[in-house]
Amino acid sequence: MSILVIAEHDNNVIKTSTLNTVAAASQLGDDVTLLVAGYHCESAAKSGAEIVGVDKVLHVEAAYYEHALAEELTALVVACCEGASHILAPGGTFGKNLLPRVAALLDVGMVSDIIEIESEDTFVRPIYAGNAMARVKSNDPVKVISVRATGFDAAASEGGQAGIEVINPAPPVGLASFVSREGAESERPELTSAKVVISGGRGFGSGENFKLLENIADKLGAAIGASRAAVDAGYVLNDYQVGQTGKIIAPDLYIAVGISGAIQHLAGMKESKVIVAINKDEEAPIFEVADYGLVADLFQALPTLSEALDKLD
Amino acid sequence: MKILIPIKRVIDFNVRIRVKKDGSGVETANVKMSMNPFCEIAVEEAVRIKEAGKAEEIIAVAIGGRQCQDILRTALAMGADRAILIETDVEVQPLAIAKLLKATIEKESPGLAILGKQAIDGDNNQTGQMLSALLGWSQAAFASNIEFTDTGLEVTREVDGGLETIAIKLPAVVTTDLRLNEPRYVKLPNIMKARKKPLDVMTPQELGVDVAPSIDVLDIAEPPARAAGVKVADVNELVDKLRNEAKVI
Ligand SMILES: Cc1cc2nc3c(=O)[nH]c(=O)nc-3n(C[C@H](O)[C@H](O)[C@H](O)COP(=O)(O)OP(=O)(O)OC[C@H]3O[C@@H](n4cnc5c(N)ncnc54)[C@H](O)[C@@H]3O)c2cc1C
Ligand SMILES: Nc1ncnc2c1ncn2[C@@H]1O[C@H](COP(=O)(O)O)[C@@H](O)[C@H]1O
Repeated sequence: MSILVIAEHDNNVIKTSTLNTVAAASQLGDDVTLLVAGYHCESAAKSGAEIVGVDKVLHVEAAYYEHALAEELTALVVACCEGASHILAPGGTFGKNLLPRVAALLDVGMVSDIIEIESEDTFVRPIYAGNAMARVKSNDPVKVISVRATGFDAAASEGGQAGIEVINPAPPVGLASFVSREGAESERPELTSAKVVISGGRGFGSGENFKLLENIADKLGAAIGASRAAVDAGYVLNDYQVGQTGKIIAPDLYIAVGISGAIQHLAGMKESKVIVAINKDEEAPIFEVADYGLVADLFQALPTLSEALDKLD
Repeated sequence: MKILIPIKRVIDFNVRIRVKKDGSGVETANVKMSMNPFCEIAVEEAVRIKEAGKAEEIIAVAIGGRQCQDILRTALAMGADRAILIETDVEVQPLAIAKLLKATIEKESPGLAILGKQAIDGDNNQTGQMLSALLGWSQAAFASNIEFTDTGLEVTREVDGGLETIAIKLPAVVTTDLRLNEPRYVKLPNIMKARKKPLDVMTPQELGVDVAPSIDVLDIAEPPARAAGVKVADVNELVDKLRNEAKVI
């Protein structure tokens, strides 16, 4: 069995979701190939070769792979997946954009967002925003699978010694082109891989008030998240959104402040190890999943919390 | 230009779903059903494009049982011109849905198909991308803004790192994210008018598509429940528990 993993990277650094995907691939078999396609992405290819569990890196360079356009990457994956029994990619927007196209061109179904592998053809995946778990068996000759990072502990990023093979790009498709990107440059840890996440909701009332959260995040070394309502209201950018349609995360500690706990929000964070909720409404559904619930006004609780954290050594 | 909008009938997003005891699925008897929220956004976007004079006709398509007529009527009331029901009682998987949509597109020749980014029942997030690949069309998934340009569309996409804007050629498949627009409320006179709009019924056989699933659902289970937590009296107790009991700070 030969397993092809498509690396998510920014032409420089491999994204941690790729490490979780390699870990899933290693459960399926030991012949794991990592495809690193990009532009000036030698350093990403090199770090790909160091991931434990990767046997071989396929490194491809072309200007039209720089921004991971789905049409271009699909053509490449289809051209170099011969002999693969499984094709895997991380389940974020990168994999979701790409893999269904690959599956369609191979004329096979796709299994989205697996969190568990039972055998080479049987997987567990959440449906209905994680309110049910489906065990599915793929009868397709090639299994095309996106991997939910929270289901698999990341493979070690160093210690592997895979060989790097440079291959030719597929001919350009030319249907789409990159225009621009807008992203929050942040000193804080990445939301999807942070050990501690503190999220704010509509309860904050304004983007300005989110500063209260930033202050605590800095003290805890935490990433910041948000509910959809907070994003819709413009308090923060869309990439902060946690939930069914935002990011799915499972940090060691998740602190939800001024968030009611709608099922769509819970879908993104209820696998966290420890959940704290701060909400002034004691009936808020977020308390049903919280290990520690504090019924309080956030505008009083957060400054006190900030002081209390200062007193810790 | 015509716009095709594939829409799915799902359990309403406000319903707390219940898993059947025998593991065969989730309870749907007497459960409120509605149009998938992302599909509503797709309908709204198509209607706005038509209102802006950039499209002449909007065709809504649903694949599923007879009951899908209700969401098709909703789409017509929102402003779609005509509807097609591809009727089947089989649970059709994304690849076969995409093939049925491709066959429909080959008959209707729209210049744009707008789908939801995901159906909130299966959470697959596959169909639009598959359709685009089968047609060899360009793709813009997870759209939060769509602009028409001289050469096609400029679409802003919600991606993990923030927002990405791409330029794509037409014809294209676009899938909607939540912030693309806010769907309108349907007014009563429009519901009346929608009753008179055409709704054609077809079958997968007529379109020559095999809808047999390639992925078997073996069983469906409840997710593991979280152990009940505790309420703390104040911030100091919270910090103490996090440090000494949970040991996470
Ligand atoms: C298809 C679909 C997908 C969705 N996907 C997502 C998703 O991915 N992520 C997501 O988060 N949502 C998602 N939603 C939206 C979701 O249903 C809720 O609307 C949203 O999560 C609510 O956000 P909120 O908790 O911040 O706001 P609200 O529900 O308005 O809750 C605000 C909370 O703040 C509390 N509060 C107010 N003031 C204070 C104060 N001073 N101190 C303390 N507490 C205070 C209130 O008691 C209340 O509980 C989705 C919805 C749909 C239909
Ligand atoms: N049975 C269906 N009938 C019509 N459109 C569908 C159907 N299933 C999925 N779609 C479309 O595909 C989108 C994504 O669905 P999915 O890939 O299942 O998450 C939906 O928002 C719809 O636009």
